[in-house]
Order: sequence, then C-alpha cells, then structure tokens
Amino acid sequence: MTLLSHWRRHPASFATLFIGLAVATALWSGVQALNQQARSSYDRAAAVISGGGLRSIVGAQGGPISEAQYVTLRRDGWKVSPVVEGTARVGDVALRLLGVEPLTLPRTSPLATMEGVREFKAFMTPPWRALIAPETLAELKASEGDRPLTDRARQLPPLQANPDVPPGLVLIDIAAAQDILDRRGRVTRLMLAPKTEAPVDDLKAVAGEELRLVEPEEMQDLERLTESFHMNLTAFGLLAFFVGLFIVHASMGLAFEQRLPAVRTMRAVGVSQHVIMGAMLAEVVVLALAAGTAGMICGYAIAAGLLPDVTASLEGLYGAHVAGRLAVEPAWWISGLAMTLLGAIAAAAVGLVKTYRMPVLAIAQPLAWRQAHERHLAQQGALAAAALAVALLTYLLGTGLLAGFIVIAGVLVGAALLLPLALAALLVAGESRARSALSQWFFADSRQQLSGLSLALMALLLALAANVGVGTMVDGFRKTFTGWLDERLVSEVYFDATGDAEADRIAGWLERRSDVTAVLPFWKAETRLAAWPVDVFGFRDHATYREHFPLIAAASDVWDRVHAGRAVLVSEQLARRTRLAVGSPVDIPTSIGIWGAEVAGIYPDYGNPKGQLRIDLDALLSHWPDVRRTSYSLRVAPDQAAALIRSMQAEFGAAIGRIIDQSSLKAISTRIFEKTFAVTAALNSLTLIVSGIALVASLLTLGNQRLAQMAPVWAVGVTRRRLATLELAKILLLAAATACLAIPLGLALAWCLVAIVNVEAFGWRLPLHVFPAQWLEVMGLAILTSLVASIAPLVRLGRTSAADLLKVFANER
Amino acid sequence: MSVRCIQACAAAMLLQVTVLTATLADGFAGLGEEARGFAEVVPGRPISLPRDFGTHDDFRIEWWYLTANLHDSTGASFGVQWTLFRNGLVAGPARDGFATPHVWMGHAAVTSRTAHLFTENLARGGIGQAGVDAEPFRAWIDDWTFAADAARPARATLRASGARFGYTLELASEGPIVLHGDQGFSRKSSSGQASYYFSQPFYSVHGTLTLAGRDIAVSGQAWMDREWSSQPLSASQKGWDWFSLHLASGEKVMLFRLRSKSGGDYLSGTWVAADGTAAPLDQNDVALTPLVSTVITDRKVPTRWSVHIKSRGLEIEAAPLNPNSWMGTSIPYWEGPIIVSGSHRGEGYLEMTGY
Repeated sequence: MTLLSHWRRHPASFATLFIGLAVATALWSGVQALNQQARSSYDRAAAVISGGGLRSIVGAQGGPISEAQYVTLRRDGWKVSPVVEGTARVGDVALRLLGVEPLTLPRTSPLATMEGVREFKAFMTPPWRALIAPETLAELKASEGDRPLTDRARQLPPLQANPDVPPGLVLIDIAAAQDILDRRGRVTRLMLAPKTEAPVDDLKAVAGEELRLVEPEEMQDLERLTESFHMNLTAFGLLAFFVGLFIVHASMGLAFEQRLPAVRTMRAVGVSQHVIMGAMLAEVVVLALAAGTAGMICGYAIAAGLLPDVTASLEGLYGAHVAGRLAVEPAWWISGLAMTLLGAIAAAAVGLVKTYRMPVLAIAQPLAWRQAHERHLAQQGALAAAALAVALLTYLLGTGLLAGFIVIAGVLVGAALLLPLALAALLVAGESRARSALSQWFFADSRQQLSGLSLALMALLLALAANVGVGTMVDGFRKTFTGWLDERLVSEVYFDATGDAEADRIAGWLERRSDVTAVLPFWKAETRLAAWPVDVFGFRDHATYREHFPLIAAASDVWDRVHAGRAVLVSEQLARRTRLAVGSPVDIPTSIGIWGAEVAGIYPDYGNPKGQLRIDLDALLSHWPDVRRTSYSLRVAPDQAAALIRSMQAEFGAAIGRIIDQSSLKAISTRIFEKTFAVTAALNSLTLIVSGIALVASLLTLGNQRLAQMAPVWAVGVTRRRLATLELAKILLLAAATACLAIPLGLALAWCLVAIVNVEAFGWRLPLHVFPAQWLEVMGLAILTSLVASIAPLVRLGRTSAADLLKVFANER
Repeated sequence: MSVRCIQACAAAMLLQVTVLTATLADGFAGLGEEARGFAEVVPGRPISLPRDFGTHDDFRIEWWYLTANLHDSTGASFGVQWTLFRNGLVAGPARDGFATPHVWMGHAAVTSRTAHLFTENLARGGIGQAGVDAEPFRAWIDDWTFAADAARPARATLRASGARFGYTLELASEGPIVLHGDQGFSRKSSSGQASYYFSQPFYSVHGTLTLAGRDIAVSGQAWMDREWSSQPLSASQKGWDWFSLHLASGEKVMLFRLRSKSGGDYLSGTWVAADGTAAPLDQNDVALTPLVSTVITDRKVPTRWSVHIKSRGLEIEAAPLNPNSWMGTSIPYWEGPIIVSGSHRGEGYLEMTGY
C-alpha cells in the first residue's frame, strides 16, 4: 500500500509508464498480427496448392508433364495426382488457376475433402464449377453462377464461393484448367500421396531423366519470396518495441529512485527485503499485463489499419494474396503479453536489483550524481564501442539478411549509447566558453540533466535516424525506380492477344499502318534456374532496345551477341542469386533440353520476385517451340497512342486480351511502389511519435527533481519566466544536437539498407542518393517534437508557486 | 438380373452426389432422370463376343467382376475379389482426355479365415489410366490388370495389390460363357428394368497370394461377371443379397434377392449344368433365409444363410469363411467367400449391400 501510494502522488509518472508499455506492445503486436495474418494466408494457400506438404513430381527441365507420362507412373503403381496450374486475369484481378483431378487426390490433401470438389458430377463435367474465396468473388465484383471472361477470352466455369479456398485462387477441374490455359494433353506437376500403396520403383526407372521429385519446401515459393518483406516489418516492430522499453526503463528507474526513501523506511521498520521485492515485482507484472492488454488492443487497431496497404504491397510485389479481414489467434495474445511482461521486467531489473542490494541505512546521494554519471558514461562508451565492433565484424564476415540486420542493430545501439558522451562533450565545450555565471550554470545544469534525459534522447536519436535512413532509401528508390521505368518502358502501347492466330492477324494489320513505327514482339516462356522460377522473354533486334534498355553491366557488343542467339541478358536478381557475371556460361532448361548460353549483359529488374532472362526471339522460338506468341509492344508517336488503341479495339474487339498505353502502365507500377512503402512510412511515423512520448515522459518525471536545482537560481533573482525560457532553450539545444547526430547515423542506416539489406532481401542494389531537404525536415521534426514535449513540464514550472520553490530549502535535499 | 447392377448404379450415384456414409438404397431415388440420354436395355439384342467384353460407352454403367475361391497346399481357404466399374457421369458426345465423362472404380480384396484386406482405386477415363479392350481382352486401372493371353484367349492373368496384400493369378476358362435371363437380357424388377448380363463361371485358377509379407501358392476356381445397363432401380429397393456357387458336382448356381422397403422381395437366378447349359430359376422356386447375423461397425449383416431350390432338390447352408468380410470402400458392402454344406457341398461368394 505504501508502495502503491507512490503512483497516486505521481499520476504523470504512472501515465507515462503505462503509455510507454502500451505503445511498445501496440507496435510490436500490430506488426506481429500483420505477419501472422500473411503467414496464415500463405499456409492456407500452400496447404491447398501443395496438397498439405506433399511431395511433387515435376518436369526435370521445368517443363510440363504429358498425360502419357502421368499414366505411365499410375500404371506402375505410383499414387500420383495431376495438377494444372497457371494464371489468368479477369479485368484487373490476377487469379491463380489450380486444376485438380478429384478422383486421384491424395486423401491427406485438404482438397480431397473440400466441399464442392467431392461433388464429382458438377465439378468434373461441363460447364464445371470454379471454387473461389468469397473475398476474391467480391474483388471480381461477381456473383455466384457468373462466368467471367479471362484475358485470353476464355470463360471461367460458373463461380461458386467457398471459404476454404485461399484468396486469389480459382479451384477447378483439371479438364477445365487445361481448356482455359490452352494446355490440352499436358499437366504442370504431379502430387505424390504420402504413403504409396504399391511398391514404387525408382522414379528414374519409370520416367528416365524426364521427371524429378521435389520436396514440399521447394514448392513454398511464396513464403520464401515474402520472407524479406516480413523480416523488414519485424525489424521495425522490434525497433518500436525497444524505443517503447526506453520509456518504461526511464520511468521505472525514476520510480525506484523516488521510492528509495520509502523503501528504506519500510526496511527500517522491519518489512523484509523479500516482501518488498515481491510487492514491487508483482506491481511490475500487474502493470505490464494491464498496459500490455491495452497495447494489444491498440496493436490490433494498428494492424487492421495497415492491413490494406500490406496486402496491396504483397500482391503488387509478389503476387501473394492475403486475406483482407484481420483474424488473430490466441497465440498472438499470449506471445504479445509475454513479450510485454518480459520487456517490463527487463526494464525494471536495474531498479529492482538496486533496491535489493541497498543497505538498510544507506542515505540517498543525489549530490553525488556527477561522479556516478561520469562512471556511467565511461561504461556506456565501452558498450558503444563493443556494439560498433560487433557491427563492423558482422559486416566484414557475415552474409545474409540476418547479418544485415545485425549490422544495423549494432550501428544503432552503438550510436545511441555514444549519444550522451557526445552531448556531454558538447556541453563541456559550451561551459568552457560561457562567460556569464548564468550561462555557465546553463551548461552545467544541462549536463546534470543529461543523465535523466539521455534515454529519451537516445530514443529520439533512433527514431530520427530511422526516419532519415528509411526516407533516404525510399526516396532514393523512388528516384531510381521512376528513372528506370522511363528507360524500360519506351514503347508507347503494349497489348496481349487472346491467341496466336489473333496476334498474327493484329500484328499484320499494325505493320501496314504508317503511324506505327515498330511492332515489337515480346514472347514469354518459363523455366527454373537453381530451383528459382524464371521468365524468359524473347525480343527482336531494334533500336528501341539498343538505345534505351538499361544495363548494369554488359559485354562490348552485347546486342549483337544476344541476337546471334548464343548469349542472354540476365536480370540483376537472377545474376546475384546464381552468381552470374558478364561472360559466365549458363545452362538454361528449355522445353527441348538444356541450352548452354553465355551471359552478355545484366540489367536491373526492380520489384520482380522472379528471375528473368532476355534472349533473341528466334532463340526463344527454337528452344521453346510451343511458346505463346501473343504479346507485343508498339512504337507510335506518343500523342497518337490513345487513337491507335481505340482503332485497334474497334477493329479487333475481343481478340485483344489486354491493351495499355505507356503512361497507364507507369502509373500502375508507381502505385504498386507507393503501396509497398506506405507501411514503412506509417511505422516510421509511429516510431517517431513513440520517441516523442519518451521525451515527454522523461521531462515530466524530471520536473519535480529539477526543483532542487532551480530553486537556488530562482532565489538569486532569476525570474520563473526566465528560468522557463532557459529550460526550453536547453531542451531545444539537446534535441537539435541529437538531430544533428541523427543525420549521419540515418545515412549510415540508409547505406546499410541499400547496400546490405536490399541486396539480400530483394536481390538488387540501388544507388545511394542523398536528399538534404529531408535533413532540414528531420531537424524541424526534432525541434517540434521536443517543443511539444516541453509544453507540459514548462507550464508546470511556470505555475510552481514560490512556496514550493522555497520548500526545497526546507527539505533535507 | 444381377444385383450388382444396383451396386454399380449406386456407385454412379455416389460419383455424382457423394453420400459416403448413406446406405446405398437411399441413393437410388432420382436415378431414372439421370439415365436420360444413355442407351436403353432392350430384349432381343444378341450378346456378341468378344465385342461385349469391351466397353459400352453409350450405356451409363458397366462392370467386370471376378471372384475366386482358392486353397493353399495345407487346404486353407482364401477368397480373392477383382472388380472394375465404369460410370458415365453424363450422356452426350465422347470427349477425349480429362474432359471425358467416364469415371472408373476398381476394388480388390483378399480374404482368409482371419483376415480381410481390401483397397480401392479411382481413375478418370480418356487418358489411359483405366479402361477395357475387347480383343485381346484387357481390363486395367492403374497397376491392376485382368488381361487375356493374346495367343490363347481362354487364358488370362489377374493382378492387383494393396498396402498389405497382393496377388498374381493365372486363369483358364474350362467351360462356356453363360448368358443369364433371356439370352443375356436380365430382368431386374417386375416393373421391367433390366441389364445385359453374362458370366464365365468355369475358370480354374492357380497363382500366388501375398498376405502380410508372405507369398502363398494357391489354386482353385473363379467366377467372372460381365454386365452393363443404363436404367436405375426402383426407389423402394434398399439392398440385395447375391450368391455365386461352385458345387462339388461341377454345377454352378447364381442367385439373388432384391430387398424392398415395402416387402415383396424380387428373387431370381440361373442354374448352370456342369456342361454349361443354363436355365433360369423361377422366383417361387427359390427361398433364401438369413440364419445368423454378424455386427460389423454398427451394422447387423446376415452372414449365414439357408438356401433352398425346390426344383433342384437343393437344401444347403452357406457359411462365411470370414464373417468380417466388410468392404469399407467409398460404397461400403459385404463381400466374401462362403462354404456350402447340406444336400450339396461346395463353395462360392456372397455379396450383400444396404445393411
């Protein structure tokens, strides 16, 4: 009771503590909820698509499997079930088609028992039925029974909503899928039942070298592709959580400090150490649970608010569909609260240990602060050096995304720990130059105050640095990306016909038009390199590419070599992943065998989760004879593009699957880009808000202590108004100094993100651009934050009565 | 008439509206409409061989059904079942590939006094995963086959396997094909529904069973049924009991009883002399009486029967080799070897559905 009465006397301390814990929990749990939501969507998709962790048999060269090969395996006793997979667009919505064969589906597959699939007659006979998630049905703006047209002008079977189907997927009979995707006689892969009922020979003995067995994890492309995105989110969540814990640590430490006299008194009157410790620990637990619960609720709100952007990012970047309605599991609540509890106990540990070790008769030593603080600073300096050393070693020796994050963490922690040292040095320098007594007091007092404010300032430093770093990266990316789009999207019109014959007809018509200066086919085949999905584009030699296509590295006669049909252009991601350089040989699985080619150039392919190869069109046709020949780009005077599209639509109508002009295509790409970083920006602002709260918390809790320092200055004739102005100047000075330090730290962070994390996570490297205007913005933000944070404490100081100030002299302190 | 037709109809029904646990009889209603568009079974169409060993895609359902009574060197008895059904989901023009409307279902089982092992395969027609060729005769689904020797059509090999069993048997037909009903036109009910139905009850068998990892050399006799139809059965019929008997005298008997919900069971059968001469049995000439029931997973199934055929002086008791010969396939039923004693001795197979 005695201990609890402390909070009644210091409601502001209590509020900051509570808010600190709640905010830390909210950001962390919000990010976790988003990750969990995405993962459960992937799992739902993976369970359905891979048949619940089943092994698959695929073409050894990544090509399709013939029905005859499937029958050969079945007739040899292999319990395999054929699957036809592909994509189709309906309007703006990209759909993944999964064609299954219900009679042979392994019984362990979730599909085998799915309602709608088991109704064999309706599922397996024309017009078939298309099972689709209710949210995808809504996205298509369709109703059950509708039969929308795909971009290839094929009608989907009547739609039927089924909540077990993952979003973005259309589940149909294999015959319907073959029909819609133009894959008669072929299947994509074979699912293998977990326990085959017949003795199974070695796959090679039955199928020779043509087929290959893949483990289920090889199929989980989505999870692997999106891993880096979620790691980014997690890193942000953790950063916010630690910033929150700074607040908690600051206010807890203060509370322990303030209660030392009370504890001493209690110990003196005979309350045992264990009872006091138990009471204080219980207090922390109760507080953590209460604040944690509030934080979890806020976290849910944050996650729900960010979910649309996250789903849009994932869909735009990876084609991954995430359910749009947030659903959290009990594990989320438990792990979130546990995290808060552990964090709170860790933040309170220093205070608890201090209380535990305190000799009964020790006296408070507020005046010994200087020596103590200096010792503390030396320790912090050592820690900072250690953190920076870890960062440097990891950078030199480590590889992978995790190493990238360790480097960033080391740099951030090291810099944060160095901050008080740097500020102290700054203040010492100021003090030595100060002329008047008041300005000397100003610097000396600032140094004294530093120990109380340093944690909040560290939080501010981290938030500002994150702001600079992420801002630099995002703006740099935007600049690079738009520049790249301008170079890459040179043609004015892009279209896709519904079939080879239609495409031929349209291309012939376009060739005869005088306004169209070039008709450039870009036809696509698919393969896999190092188990990674790769698109292969064939293109014809044309000035459009020679003059505009952006290359990162290239052989001297790159275009001639490519069009000679022996060399290929490789996307940056693919080159990094498979360690290809200009001049490297590369073995490419084609539909007729392995093609040994050479790398002639490497080009940036930002934002593409798949690998990409660009090759000569004739080479494409000879290595993939059955490739779809339907996509073209057109050169036309920019002001005639719209007219050309209109006349093409009038002439060919439904034969054109998709047609788009350059500016719309750019707009779509840019929109996807903006969505991707909307989440980052939101989390960034939230982190800054948290650090603002930390500053307020520290200033508020320091307020009472500060009286002891200010009363003598007031007593010698400095007005309260003057004192308040000095206080404000002090805070602004510290904040501005912190912001100045945050800028180089932010740039270092941006460099880490661009040079390490992006390369590891996405496979491409961006040039580092700096944006000085951003720095001013950050400076302004720092000053604004500290100004807002100072208002309440200053108002309180202004209102402090003379009597209160006098009391300082009456009290023992 | 063969009651197996009902099973096949029910199988078709199952493949159209999955009612995995519903009793078969419940699935009969509404089949009449479904048959529209398929060929009709009419009297006077002569059975033509080897053509009719093959498929009849314009009919809705057909099956190739083989049961064997076998013995090892110690005299221990075994039963073997090999069944292939074809079901047309919808009538209409033939379509190739996965778009075919034909669905195939295979059942295989081995029964001993203490074990009954079975398994099921489903396959889509149109791509070669399952099918039947008339000449040389070959029926298959996945790695199960029932194929005649091209050089000696009277001989055939039968092969199937499951998780814990398998068999490879050589068959030799030692008697003529038997046509049921009126030259193969077999009535199914008093309201005129029918199927085309013939049998080869004179197979001698030798080969190997694999049971619990042990190979067992066996020999014995087998009965093959061949039947096709499009027409459904009466909604009032809830199940059937079907017997095939190999008598020690060399005579063969086929009997069935269709149980009606409203009473008034429909009985029929064929008496086959040792030389293969077949004579239909009249409904009033046959009496089938259940004696003892076995409870199998909440179902009470009569597994011991008394069988009387007055005109032939036959008064026998049919006892199961293994009363737990339950086929827990997508359409569950009881099918297993029986031992005949009484006025005649012998062995055979019993099939019961709808319990």
